[in-house]
Amino acid sequence: MNTLSNSLTEPQNESIASNGLSQGDVSDFFALLKPRVMFLVVFTALVGMVVSHPNVNPVLAFVSLLMIAIGGGASGCLNMWWDADIDAVMTRTRKRPIPAGKIQPNEALAFGLTLSAGSVLILGLASNWLAAGLLAFTIFFYVVIYSMWLKRSTPQNIVIGGAAGALPPIVAQAAVTGSVAWDSVILFAIIFMWTPPHFWALALVKSGDYERAGIPMMPNVAGPNSTRFQILAYTVLLAPLGLAPVFFGFGGLAYAIISVVGGLGMLALAIQVYRLREGEPAMRVAQQLFGFSILYLFLLFATLLAEHGFGFFHPVLG
Amino acid sequence: MTDRNSYHLTPEEQQRRRRRSIALGLTLGILCILLFAVTMAKLGPQVLNRPL
Repeated sequence: MNTLSNSLTEPQNESIASNGLSQGDVSDFFALLKPRVMFLVVFTALVGMVVSHPNVNPVLAFVSLLMIAIGGGASGCLNMWWDADIDAVMTRTRKRPIPAGKIQPNEALAFGLTLSAGSVLILGLASNWLAAGLLAFTIFFYVVIYSMWLKRSTPQNIVIGGAAGALPPIVAQAAVTGSVAWDSVILFAIIFMWTPPHFWALALVKSGDYERAGIPMMPNVAGPNSTRFQILAYTVLLAPLGLAPVFFGFGGLAYAIISVVGGLGMLALAIQVYRLREGEPAMRVAQQLFGFSILYLFLLFATLLAEHGFGFFHPVLG
Repeated sequence: MTDRNSYHLTPEEQQRRRRRSIALGLTLGILCILLFAVTMAKLGPQVLNRPL
């Protein structure tokens, strides 16, 4: 954050400072919300709602989902405000609105804080204050615990920080039922366990980027081989955990099939990542694991949505 | 540093500001509709049941 002005190019600094007026377009402000992360938040939160079979007014459920999405976007915005200096030196992130000079850091801060407060307040009014408190905690955890503290200080950053990304189903269930039950906790655990293999596969490919930015990702600190072993270890835990909804009675036959096939796919790729350690094939298989992990999580949650939202549920046990 | 009072927006800057203003207006409008809908959904007809 402190070195942002040093990281920006001369024209970017000039455009920010020349008149003190906002230079950002609507699309730049929307980009601050990390739309792709917001989609994941909405999707997992929706599944958290649907598996709860709530008896709640659809308008209130819709507004609750919208506020969870905006809260997720606000935390992404505050993350971009804080990390603008490292975003500027990473190829993956240097075109984001702040390092690109389209939005001033203070604008992003005000935008993020306003959306955070607004989303928590309206979620509290539309549903209940347990859900609002959980959303506030999620934003706090992502911005303060993950972005400000863990990300630059420990290679376990995305392991612990992954809790923030895993919380939306719990917030959503609390919003529509007023309490937290086992099913949303299991969804939390699946996303939490999925995060390390997902991000470390990317970190293996982009380790140069992270090193330049000075972020202690696992491949830069413990080395690529240790990271490959840890990816495999987390995947060995993730694959059976993916089946837990079946044993807790809210994952049906379709879910059981998808989670077994998907879990085996994740395991096969994690073993390949562990075995292939040199050159282009090693990078390619890490990239494949990163891509497949997104598909895996999407399929697990989409199947639950289909089973509970569209009547495709056929119980496996009992 | 240009004097803020004497700074003239370029056509592109004017367009961006216009788009930001429209987006802000729409957001505020949607917020009003959402709050109205939440009030109706939570209170229903009871919203009129108050001492005069």
